Amino acid sequence: MTELALSVEGLSVEIPTRRGVVRAVRDVTFGVGPGEAVALVGESGSGKSMTCRAIMRLLHPPARITAGAVRFRGRDLVALAEPELERIRGQGIAMIFQDPTSALNPVLTIERQVAEVLPRGAGHRERIVELLRQVGITDAERRLKAYPHQLSGGQRQRVMLAIVLTRRPTVLLADEPTTALDVTIQAQILAELGRLQQELSMALVLVTHDLGVVRRTVHRVAVMYAGQIVELAPTDELFARPRHPYTVGLIGSVPSVDRSTPLTPIPGTPPDPIGLGEGCAFAPRCPIASAECLAAPIPLRPVGPGRVSRCIKADRVGSEWSAGAAAQRS
Amino acid sequence: MPGPLLNVRNLIKHFPLPRSPVDLVRRRAPERVHAVDGVSFALDRGRTLGLVGESGCGKSTLGRCVLRLYRPDAGEMWYEDVDLARLDERGLLPYRKRMQVVLQDPYSSLDPRQTVGSALLEVLAVHAIGTPQDRPERVAQLLAQVGLRPHDARKYPGEFSGGQRQRIGIARALAVGPELLIADEPVSALDVSIQAQILALMLDLRRSLGLTMIFISHDLRVVRYLSDEVAVMYLGKIVEHAPAADLFARPRHPYTLALLAAIPEVGDDPKPAVEIRGEPTSAVHLPGGCRFHPRCPWKVDRCLTEAPELRELAEGHRVACHEARA
Repeated sequence: MTELALSVEGLSVEIPTRRGVVRAVRDVTFGVGPGEAVALVGESGSGKSMTCRAIMRLLHPPARITAGAVRFRGRDLVALAEPELERIRGQGIAMIFQDPTSALNPVLTIERQVAEVLPRGAGHRERIVELLRQVGITDAERRLKAYPHQLSGGQRQRVMLAIVLTRRPTVLLADEPTTALDVTIQAQILAELGRLQQELSMALVLVTHDLGVVRRTVHRVAVMYAGQIVELAPTDELFARPRHPYTVGLIGSVPSVDRSTPLTPIPGTPPDPIGLGEGCAFAPRCPIASAECLAAPIPLRPVGPGRVSRCIKADRVGSEWSAGAAAQRS
Repeated sequence: MPGPLLNVRNLIKHFPLPRSPVDLVRRRAPERVHAVDGVSFALDRGRTLGLVGESGCGKSTLGRCVLRLYRPDAGEMWYEDVDLARLDERGLLPYRKRMQVVLQDPYSSLDPRQTVGSALLEVLAVHAIGTPQDRPERVAQLLAQVGLRPHDARKYPGEFSGGQRQRIGIARALAVGPELLIADEPVSALDVSIQAQILALMLDLRRSLGLTMIFISHDLRVVRYLSDEVAVMYLGKIVEHAPAADLFARPRHPYTLALLAAIPEVGDDPKPAVEIRGEPTSAVHLPGGCRFHPRCPWKVDRCLTEAPELRELAEGHRVACHEARA
């Protein structure tokens, strides 16, 4: 095993509120190697974005890291002082967001914004144009003088990508980078992202709610539910044989153009993040749950080479789930 | 056999843009967004038409024209034997009951200070449905129909999750007993597990109530799940319209092929080999000839000058492309 580019160990984030403490991220552990792409997948409130922000220490107070470590180049980012962290942000670990508008300066031209991060020297302008071309902006010359609002959402995301890539970061955290985009543009950006990641041998952490996006973009997938990773596996194996009931439900909920696969929705709704019990958070919606699922905290256990599941009935997930789900629907 | 429930002919809806001071001085006509630019289709009773396309293709505008939330600039919209496009507000009143809409974000259309029950009662009262005595019973029925409990009537919109709010939105649309339901991105804001629940509900209601539906979405996967037929829009025009099974089995327009190829599928299907570059041209300055030609991998000289009409290439399968073949 090569050295991990980034390693998250036992990370927990809590948000105190008037109603009680929200345990937004609970004991999250995963790593990503150089040139590897790992996805954090889950629905709203699963803690995927919060994990991402916690890695960069970009949490909005009162949210705070309460436990865990983020190891990067032999140091723990959780314990690092702010000035040192500032040196890592951007060139060590970079991040792109769903809405690039908020990350771009509205009163500066694209040229200025890219120029700011590019070392000056001869052929400065040419290099900016080249960079914009690299991320798929076709009429780059003309776009130099444009302001962010004059670009489409897809183009803004490309500019963001260009800015991020000038620093050649070791790790790129991408938080729902294509969620706001049309599907043909999404496909282009994802392809671009994949290509650049390979070329620069970057480690990529992709946060998304869309299992379809994950399917063809990343090597490994971590599925999150109620702040925890409930399953982590190589992408193909996860889709071929999910080993957590939630993963099965999630895959069954995605409509497909191939209508032969019927939708099998998960009943119920995600739990209230305040006052989560010790047992399995998915149990109330799970068709194969029993009393023991709620009795004690359930650890992530190995269920195959390079894969873990937080289900005590992981071996039975699949056949029994479908039967149980069918029974629940009828 | 009576004709279609809805028959839309050459519908046009443009939105003028504000003029710059220079344009005002020079008395130039305002530029226009060609949101819906010559759309024709017919929809039979009990069928569901999926309307798909990317942002700005005009699919929502088309839906709003049919609902007569917008007055179209030109064209006809025959609802049975009445042209909705010509009716005034008074004439439209009966159709406000026969057509209903479900929107992406029901929260924005619910009064946060009114309980769900009283909102539904109000709908029934406004349309004079039932007597004041049996309306509460009808409200309970409606809630049950969309999978909510009777006591949910006493709650405020803020007390519900996104999925439940969409159920309320559906209940409100169904309250007046519509024939035609227009659903505009009804599941786009929902998490996938909740989205699947709502889709299942809509499918169920459509069957049990025999609704005719126009289902508007940017997501072909979702459309596939509910539609009998699908129309793909690009820059204000329908570029392909076919029975759903046919459209997905044998898409013939290069834009449809590209849309399908771009879908991030969960399954292992091989992807059709059409990839398009660039972004849609603006709906203000439309390219000449075929609107899709700047991005089209199949383009020939003719496409630059001559706009393709919808041609029927197979039974019920209409395609607007010079190069598409049966």
